[in-house]
Amino acid sequence: MSVLDSKVPKGPLKTKWTDYKNHIDLVNPANKRNIDVIVVGTGLAGGSAAATLAELGYNVKTFCYQDSPRRAHSIAAQGGINAAKNYQGDGDSTYRLFYDTVKGGDYRSREANVYRLAEVSANIIDQCVAQGVPFARDYGGLLDNRSFGGVLVSRTFYAKGQTGQQLLLGAYSAMNRQIARGKITPFNRHEMLDVVKIDGKARGIIARNLVTGEIERHSAHAVVIASGGYGNVYFLSTNAMGSNVTASWKIHKKGAFFANPCYTQIHPTCIPRSGDYQSKLTLMSESLRNDGRIWVPKNLDDVMAIREGKKKPTDLSEDERDYYLERRYPAFGNLVPRDVASRAAKERCDAGYGVNATGEAVYLDFAAAIKRYGIEQAKIHNITNASADKIYDLGAAIVKAKYGNLFQMYEKIVDQDPYKTPMMIYPAVHYTMGGVWVDYNLMTTIPGCYAIGEANFSDHGANRLGASALMQGLADGYFVLPYTIGDYLSHDIRTGKIPTDTPEFDAAEKEVTDRINFFINNKGEHSVDYYHKKLGKIMWDECGMSRNAEGLKKAIEEISALRKDFWKNVNVPGTTTEYNEQLAKAGRVADFLELGELFAKDALVREESAGGHFREEHQTEDGEAKRLKEFQFVSAWEYKGEPKDAVLHKEELVYENIEVKERSYK
Amino acid sequence: MSGFFKSSIGRKYAMALSAFFLMFFLLQHFAINILSVFSPDAFNEASHFMGTFWAVQYVLQPVLIFGVIYHFVMGFILEAKNRSARVKKYAKNNGAANSSWMSRNMIYSGLAILAFLVLHFIDFWIPEINTKFIDGDMTGLLPNGEGFRYYEELVHKFENPLRVGAYVIAFIFLSLHLMHGFSSAFQSAGASSMRKEKLQLFAKVYSISIPLGFIFIALFHHFNH
Amino acid sequence: MNLTLKIWRQTDANDKGKMVDYKVTEISEHMSFLEMMDVLNEQLINKGVEPVAFDHDCREGICGMCSMYINGEAHGPDRGVTTCQLHMRMFKDGDTITIEPFRAKAFPVIKDLVVDRSAFDRIQHAGGYISVNTSGNTQDANATLISKHAADEAMDAATCIGCGACVASCKNASAMLFVGAKVSQYALLPQGQIEAVDRVKNMVAQMDLEGFGNCTNTGACEVECPKGISLENIARMNREFLSANVKS
Repeated sequence: MSVLDSKVPKGPLKTKWTDYKNHIDLVNPANKRNIDVIVVGTGLAGGSAAATLAELGYNVKTFCYQDSPRRAHSIAAQGGINAAKNYQGDGDSTYRLFYDTVKGGDYRSREANVYRLAEVSANIIDQCVAQGVPFARDYGGLLDNRSFGGVLVSRTFYAKGQTGQQLLLGAYSAMNRQIARGKITPFNRHEMLDVVKIDGKARGIIARNLVTGEIERHSAHAVVIASGGYGNVYFLSTNAMGSNVTASWKIHKKGAFFANPCYTQIHPTCIPRSGDYQSKLTLMSESLRNDGRIWVPKNLDDVMAIREGKKKPTDLSEDERDYYLERRYPAFGNLVPRDVASRAAKERCDAGYGVNATGEAVYLDFAAAIKRYGIEQAKIHNITNASADKIYDLGAAIVKAKYGNLFQMYEKIVDQDPYKTPMMIYPAVHYTMGGVWVDYNLMTTIPGCYAIGEANFSDHGANRLGASALMQGLADGYFVLPYTIGDYLSHDIRTGKIPTDTPEFDAAEKEVTDRINFFINNKGEHSVDYYHKKLGKIMWDECGMSRNAEGLKKAIEEISALRKDFWKNVNVPGTTTEYNEQLAKAGRVADFLELGELFAKDALVREESAGGHFREEHQTEDGEAKRLKEFQFVSAWEYKGEPKDAVLHKEELVYENIEVKERSYK
Repeated sequence: MSGFFKSSIGRKYAMALSAFFLMFFLLQHFAINILSVFSPDAFNEASHFMGTFWAVQYVLQPVLIFGVIYHFVMGFILEAKNRSARVKKYAKNNGAANSSWMSRNMIYSGLAILAFLVLHFIDFWIPEINTKFIDGDMTGLLPNGEGFRYYEELVHKFENPLRVGAYVIAFIFLSLHLMHGFSSAFQSAGASSMRKEKLQLFAKVYSISIPLGFIFIALFHHFNH
Repeated sequence: MNLTLKIWRQTDANDKGKMVDYKVTEISEHMSFLEMMDVLNEQLINKGVEPVAFDHDCREGICGMCSMYINGEAHGPDRGVTTCQLHMRMFKDGDTITIEPFRAKAFPVIKDLVVDRSAFDRIQHAGGYISVNTSGNTQDANATLISKHAADEAMDAATCIGCGACVASCKNASAMLFVGAKVSQYALLPQGQIEAVDRVKNMVAQMDLEGFGNCTNTGACEVECPKGISLENIARMNREFLSANVKS
């Protein structure tokens, strides 16, 4: 028996969550007033959790490094949020959403968690609409849906190309209401630098005020980590510049197991990189694949001509183009899941068909969609004998209404008009399915410490489907954690306020202060970014879209060496008692340097291909991922000092309600 | 409604409301003045009516004076408050990139108009009040009793080229003030049509043609007598 | 390209601050403005000079964190972009670029180009929400029909990223475009009607308390807004405010 207890309740899948909720311990309203909860991170998961916990009556403190909760990186999610509403009558159901998510995750997620997610998904839409989130509607006044990768129904709700923004503003508005009531105290421009454990339980955190540099102690009866994913370990990703693993890593070092770090999502539709100075990558929503067709030239001669500027993509006729996703995956076509689409792009570019100077770009073409919509509009408006130009204009207007902001963003960055010439795209690191291990209650292996949203590992397995991150963040925050945390806190009603003048707080604060002083006093040779970029390059080269044992072993050694050098030679300017971005970054990169090694180690141990984790040694004859039955488990790592000493614990994954099949989108 | 006029938006409404009144007054003033170009008699008749009718003298005139004073005083108060909302100024500010000169300099066009009003009061209003209420002459007749005095006084005032020049300059500032002020008042009052082209066009026509008309009247009398 | 940068340096809120000149070389026209700033900072760190502090996060124009006043305009000379989306192709070799923080009494400088915009948060605490509990039992999302037109218009207002460019550009440092957008989003939707009276009154009262200037309709905010929030939102807020005051 593993040390991991997932605490999945017994009973049939369909009624598990309801039955469990019916029997869970509750805290009475009067007692909730005496209980404090800390929420670290204010994105969709943290924001919605903080608002709901405060609404229930707990005293909540929120922490975010941004200047306002509303700026958390959930805001950048573009395409949409899934929910099994079946408003389109296309055969959607809770089971189908559950099935798609488990299959999309390549059978590496926990069945009960995913079913619960699918179950509460419909509530999320109701809740958000009630909050005033302006989802897109059709002319009859009903909510509109679009389709996303890896599914055969339209279940994605959206607000133009800014769904994440609107949902986050919804959660933020719910927070505002509680802040006004005094139930949430927001600590913005604050960063959590350690968790404080008392008698084995999470009882508070050490945080740094990023404006004054002051180190603060905050106590609580439970600590919720909602600080997002660790994609920035690659330096270049679609994450925000400040996104970091620090909160998750700190609790990992204090006893929370870290699960499946190697499961990373490389998103297929991002703007290709243009130079070494690049600081981040920009995502183009997956929703674009509803209407865009992905292709590269069929002939290498055309590729060269395009790279040299002798030919334009629009010069190529239909038979000179290779719509490789439609060719390889006729059933799903351009809407295959992200991992599949990314690997297919890499395969073409590795074979020399990349269409820009770096050889790392494929086309995403809207010409066909513009024409199709144009003809449709001409019919609707009774325009007979419409000219090609007229059809183009009508069609372009529809495309603009759907994706206008994305097209504008592309044009600003690349300086090309995507209405006239196909977009160039290439995969980029986007999301991390791995994260802190949690049980069914979303509690980590530290009692009283919870992890929600992207920070935990639970629902997406080895690959996340589009529009599911927003769903999971809000499900955890609005509908799951507020129930499950009560079960734990019901034992804390007599605890009273947790004092912060205890030896445990002293020790944690000293550790944090020592580390900060070290950075400032080190006066080394290289900037923090110098190390971050080096780490990112190792990660991308050896732990990117495809991995092999040799490369991973190399990565482990290189990261380990880089980390040693960092602790010797890092240069952090300024002082500890001021606004000092370099100092904040140094702490984050130090944690990435440890996580990166564990990441490579996890990838090395997982000798199979599953979802976003593709081991070159384990592929089918036509280059598809080959999953292995013996790896049907969650890798949960226990911290033992150096990442190389981390101890692996396995949580076996059992599928009782779904047949584990080969994952095919052909 | 308590506190409405103390709030920022309440004050915007008040500015807009006084502006509407002043713009209406201006239109009316112009309509009478332009008569002087076509028919001295009609001008005299209208002037006498406005100068002696009780509702104009004892109701509209005080309202107008209040409106003028309110618009100026509140304009100054808001300007002072707005300036204090940015203590440290920009080293480099490119206002022309995002807004019209008129909109950014309402305080200066307003001050120019205030200076003009002082002159205008000295020229017309104070003598008028003096004649009517100090001397008690409500007849509106010339000292020799041959017809109304209004047209003669008007012509007389525009003999001096310096005064005419001052009037012309003042009306240019008035035009600039109106070019922003007209549509701004509608926007402040919450008119959603303000953005629509027709109103914008009307604002432009009004803010150019009315001041231009006044300039024309001044020049007409200067050069024709 | 090579550039001269005139940058506002201020160590903390109490410092007087001053403009300092820097040279940067080998800037690519494909860089974003913030990547150019990264290059400058890397140079400064290696020289032992403290890097320039500036706010930034998502670098894709949506978080609203970046906030520079570049050559006399919020987010620089390009339209419909935040500073992070501004690209160096908007500038020429040899240019001198003046970079200042967003300035307003209500946005005190924290350091260099970083300002404190928490006034915006406080305005939203005052009423920027609909009072609905997370019960999971709210009515079905399709129970109330909302016209596409209203939903789209609410969405347009809701795209505000709260960056503060409107305040920075306004000659009066007025926050009315921001508050107008927030009020409008809810005013346009049926869900927002129940609390409409209190919402607009409370938000406007808080706005006035924060020390923002008054709107004089110059329209600068609309031009400089990276998300193209329309002045119509201010007019709508004015109407809402008047009707709220008439009603109670």
